[in-house]
Amino acid sequence: MRLRTWSALGVALALVTVMVTPAAADHVIKVGGQCDRTGPTKNVGVEICPGLTDYIALVNKKGGVMGHKLEYTEIEHGYTVDRGVEAYERLKRDGAVATLDYGTPIVYALTPRHMDDKIPAITPGFGRADSIDGEAWPYIFPMAASYWSQAGAAMKFIKDNGAKKGAKVAYLYYDNPAGREGIPIVEAVAKKEGYQIRLFAVPPPGVEMGPQVIDITRRFKADWVVGHLFGQSPSVSIKELRRAGFPLNRVVSFVWGAGEANVEAAGWENSQGYIGMQFSAIGRNLPVIQEIMQRIYKEEGKEVPKYVGGVYYSRGVLNGAILAEGVRLAVQHHGLPVTGEKVKKGYEQIKNFELQGFLPPMTVTPQDHEGGGWVRMYQVKGTEWVAISDWIRGYREEVMAMVKQANKK
Amino acid sequence: MISRECGVYQTTYEGDMALYPLPLARYASVAAVVVLALLPLVLDSHQMSLVNLMTLAAIGAIGLNILVGYTGQVSLGHGAFMMVGSYTAALVTLRLGLPFWVGLPAGGIVAALVGTFFGIPSLRIKGLYLAIATLAGQFIIEWTINHSTWISGGVQSTVYVPTPDFFGWPINSEYRRYYMVLPVAIIAYVAAMNLVRSRVGRAFIAVRDRDVAAEIIGVDIFRYKLLAFALSSFYAGVAGALWTYYLKIANYEHFTLATSVSYLAMIIIGGLGSVLGSVFGAVFITMLPIALVYVVEGGAALFGFEYASIANILANLRLIIFGGLIILFLAIEPEGLYRMWGNVRRYFRLWPFSY
Repeated sequence: MRLRTWSALGVALALVTVMVTPAAADHVIKVGGQCDRTGPTKNVGVEICPGLTDYIALVNKKGGVMGHKLEYTEIEHGYTVDRGVEAYERLKRDGAVATLDYGTPIVYALTPRHMDDKIPAITPGFGRADSIDGEAWPYIFPMAASYWSQAGAAMKFIKDNGAKKGAKVAYLYYDNPAGREGIPIVEAVAKKEGYQIRLFAVPPPGVEMGPQVIDITRRFKADWVVGHLFGQSPSVSIKELRRAGFPLNRVVSFVWGAGEANVEAAGWENSQGYIGMQFSAIGRNLPVIQEIMQRIYKEEGKEVPKYVGGVYYSRGVLNGAILAEGVRLAVQHHGLPVTGEKVKKGYEQIKNFELQGFLPPMTVTPQDHEGGGWVRMYQVKGTEWVAISDWIRGYREEVMAMVKQANKK
Repeated sequence: MISRECGVYQTTYEGDMALYPLPLARYASVAAVVVLALLPLVLDSHQMSLVNLMTLAAIGAIGLNILVGYTGQVSLGHGAFMMVGSYTAALVTLRLGLPFWVGLPAGGIVAALVGTFFGIPSLRIKGLYLAIATLAGQFIIEWTINHSTWISGGVQSTVYVPTPDFFGWPINSEYRRYYMVLPVAIIAYVAAMNLVRSRVGRAFIAVRDRDVAAEIIGVDIFRYKLLAFALSSFYAGVAGALWTYYLKIANYEHFTLATSVSYLAMIIIGGLGSVLGSVFGAVFITMLPIALVYVVEGGAALFGFEYASIANILANLRLIIFGGLIILFLAIEPEGLYRMWGNVRRYFRLWPFSY
């Protein structure tokens, strides 16, 4: 009987908590997004999400967006579609005017809703490449280099570093939609430049890469490897390529293979020279990161966590910065009350937004929701990622032609 | 009118064979349908989305229970069959321009064909071995859809469909989507309830309890095992097709092995071999992680914690509680929520005169 009483109490408590929703204050601008602190990619989530919320907290501490507080709601979804849908519906009900959609399958599933509800979503690093065409996808903002732009940048980087006609390029990719997305650009560029390109698929979960690497190094004898891997697989690729004697300074990884965790799993000493690209600058020396450390942590008497200034944390700060900037421009140019449509216009007015060297010269237009498609190359030196290039992008015409073609249906 | 079995005298065979022979049960089920149909009047759009997610899960879970709970054939490929239905519906709508009410049965039928094919190993193997065979099915289907651009429409393996509409009535809000999902769920539920008490359903149960004995008393095992796979996959296909129209997108990443496992969890928690149990299980597995978000965060706020500082602990705490509750419920009642519901009903039936 006691058990039954307790379970009844539990259910009652659950119901009460569900019913009690926080009262809305009218001068607060609500935004929100999902996060995965549990689930398959939780090691990314636990660093991205605090980056975002820290930046929003910084904005609020400095007086908010044009004097209005930003209220960011983070909802855990564990990288599942149904909970992602629930999270979005909750944010929408609570009056969010802009969201961060977290995770490729979730972005796909929510895209039609954003278009129906006229609430803009930012999807940095998750969204599909063709959604950078703002005319076809007015409410979806990838806001960071898509996989097509990343492919373009990787190909430009290898060209700038000595790849000539006839050079052999191996594209090593995770065999899922996101992994395959880079293929058309890599192939188009290789055709244009006269490279020999060969594709090497790594089936999920991507922890076994021996055969592909032997194929790359022994049979194909690649000059360059362009890697587009996720989760555990980038570290496996580093280890295997090193074991096969392939020079790691000829390996260029897309953004999800360029975190500290990827290198740490392979061992920093084993990864010297490995090249990866970033959406934002990384490290603790940047003004914005310094400001966060000072105002959010030191002034509150809190210890600065180890991840601050790291790769994924910086991507979180990027998300927060774009959200806040979009809302700021919406308030500035279109006035209160802020709506989804106004934030969309706000995003499209972002111009040369650099955040004191933290971001590329980001310029968003109604046609280009990618913000230019810039990345920056970093290389493993010692125990950190060191910048080895300025903001770069490559083969922009090919990428934009691909975008146009993809949306012409 | 409200009399129990002892007060009801059936005078016709039809009355005796009805789904609910008791008037009370009949009224209760009509009332339940009315309440379900009127839910949109009281719920906001967010709560409506929760109901939709549960209803969608319930349809798939009922289908899996026909196969696993009633026929005893363990399947780890349910997600893949949903995937087949989902892409079929998307292609039927996108390429042929057919409305959703054609896409739904089309998804079901194609999934049933595929499911029957992957059910063939069940004629030779049982139990865990069959689970592994269907697991292979999951991966084969996933790979095939993922890699044939004719099905998946390009490297992104994603097919968008236009807003479904019902004779000019666009289904474009959570409320309207509910009226697309609910009738299908009710049909699925009633059909399953009737199926399991029919000749076919009895044959399924005979196969589950001991297939050799079933064969000896004249049940054609070949036919009924494959039929169970076909019916179960039909449900899965319809559920997958509904997901397509619900999200307006078909994407294979939504129906991976994790989905198959979570559907198995639903029917085990809800009660193997029970249609209503499947619904309970679907509600439990869909709602619990979401409810825990509110409960745990509300609880933390009560104790004055700041969300940002303990977000990681909360997220993992929720997982621990989720796992703990599943174990707890199974420990209290291994036969699932359906049995628990039955216990409560029996208790109140005699209340206040308990023995």
